[in-house]
Amino acid sequence: MKKIMNEPNQIVTEMLDGFVAAKPGKVKRIPDTTVVTRKDSPIQNKVGIVSGGGSGHEPAHAGYIGKGMLDAAVAGEVFTSPTPDQVLEAIKAVDGGAGVLLVIKNYTGDVMNFDMAAELAEAEGIDVAQVVVNDDVAIDDVDGRRGVAGTVFVHKIAGAKAEAGASLEEVKNAAEKVIANVRSMGVALSPCVMPASGKPSFELGDDEMEVGIGIHGEPGTERKTLGTADEIAVELTNHILEDLPEAEEIAVMVNGMGATPEMELNLVNRKVQEILQEKGVKTYKTFVGEYMTSLEMAGCSVTLLNLDDELKELLDSPSDAPALRV
Amino acid sequence: MTFTVEQAINWLTKSNEKIQKNKDYLSELDQAIGDGDHGINMARGFDEVVKKLDGNDYEQVADVLKDAAMTLMSKVGGASGPLFGTAFLKISMAVKGEEAVTFGTFVKALEDAVAGVKQRGKAEEGEKTMIDVWSPMVERMKAADDFDASVIRDNAKSSMEATKDIVATKGRAAYLKERSKGHLDPGSVSSYYIFEALAESLEEGA
Ligand SMILES: Nc1ncnc2c1ncn2[C@@H]1O[C@H](COP(=O)(O)OP(=O)(O)OP(=O)(O)O)[C@@H](O)[C@H]1O
Ligand SMILES: [Mg+2]
Repeated sequence: MKKIMNEPNQIVTEMLDGFVAAKPGKVKRIPDTTVVTRKDSPIQNKVGIVSGGGSGHEPAHAGYIGKGMLDAAVAGEVFTSPTPDQVLEAIKAVDGGAGVLLVIKNYTGDVMNFDMAAELAEAEGIDVAQVVVNDDVAIDDVDGRRGVAGTVFVHKIAGAKAEAGASLEEVKNAAEKVIANVRSMGVALSPCVMPASGKPSFELGDDEMEVGIGIHGEPGTERKTLGTADEIAVELTNHILEDLPEAEEIAVMVNGMGATPEMELNLVNRKVQEILQEKGVKTYKTFVGEYMTSLEMAGCSVTLLNLDDELKELLDSPSDAPALRV
Repeated sequence: MTFTVEQAINWLTKSNEKIQKNKDYLSELDQAIGDGDHGINMARGFDEVVKKLDGNDYEQVADVLKDAAMTLMSKVGGASGPLFGTAFLKISMAVKGEEAVTFGTFVKALEDAVAGVKQRGKAEEGEKTMIDVWSPMVERMKAADDFDASVIRDNAKSSMEATKDIVATKGRAAYLKERSKGHLDPGSVSSYYIFEALAESLEEGA
């Protein structure tokens, strides 16, 4: 394994140091925690948006902190959910009296740790609402679906709604609307390597790809012969469209898993757009790049979000988060 | 026989030793059907537990286990942090007030622990999780009338081994569906170490 690092067990805290140092005036770190917040937190009478999860998904989650998106991000160890006390610190730091929305990805660990934090915060008199993102169609059982790149759209929409002055309930409803209308699926061409173990997450032959992967280097649902860019796009997009309610307008995200050149992502996007056009679906906005990664995994995911007027407006409203500027 | 403060400390110390020794093995098991962090998570948490207990004077088993529980919850993360934390917290609550814990109380405490884990993880027996080691242990101990180290060890071992044939329906391994079969559940293996450590602490006495 080759990685640019110091002590593996310091990797998260050192990453956060570097992240915060790169954005003076924009973000701050709560001392002795793995919580990063907007510099101007808490913002009075605005609903606070807190997200987070394991590290290794950069630019998620701290990259989405900014006006119009997240108020705070909680970083766990690499691929490991953060603990309740850390999430509680984030909630307390961003509560401006209007309550706090937790954006949680549907993993056993995240759900339990954030839920415990919410209980603790409520005991301290803070209004907390939670939404659980489960956009990964690779899992048939809807209850077990993971939260992957579609989470970025939840951050965007909930953040915009909160910035517009909506109540906690309204912000939660907007987030729920995204969750009901967003679907993703991913493929890996090579595994990722956890800094602490130094071992690849799985073995893949030169001519193989792992279909239906999550964002933690866990194996996918199926192993196949490596397809072309068009074949991969068809496989992912069709799988998503089978599951997604029909819509007239859609937002597209083609997300790199960490080690895939933008060139390749654009190839996938080209075919995704072609498929949508054939089906008579209009693309309103497209995002191509790295939004929710899995360390140095090669591969990509496709995310589709059905839009209505409210979602279009919220998607268009400004965000100064470094990882998603609008 | 009763379970004392010294034994409780010994239990956690030995659990830590086993988990540290098998840290890579636990992560390898998790890599096969999860995300490869289980050994790292447990090793980080139990290391902190031992640090926390070190040098403290405890009067009650409950206090030892409560410190362990709170440390696990704030240091482990992942799924196993809240789950093992809940297990030890429930045991601690159930043995409160007894300086030396009787067998009957201990069994009741384990029963509470299993109920707590099931509730926190929304899981039942047979879903290829740590519950598959903890739950049969309670049933077996309910059928006994005193602590028996070899019963505890054997029961944990056979339950742990039996997770190999289960198709996971909870936790990360559930994503693999049928492909999760043929692998041990990492959380069950670390639970086995914890019960093996309990057996040893009983054998070594107060
Ligand atoms: N719902 C559940 N109920 C009971 N035990 C569970 C549940 N989900 C997972 N487990 C146990 O937790 C173990 C995995 O713990 P681990 O520390 O690897 O957490 P994780 O699932 O990887 O968490 P994270 O997703 O945050 O990284 C499994 O082997 C299983 O025994
Ligand atoms: Mg794991």
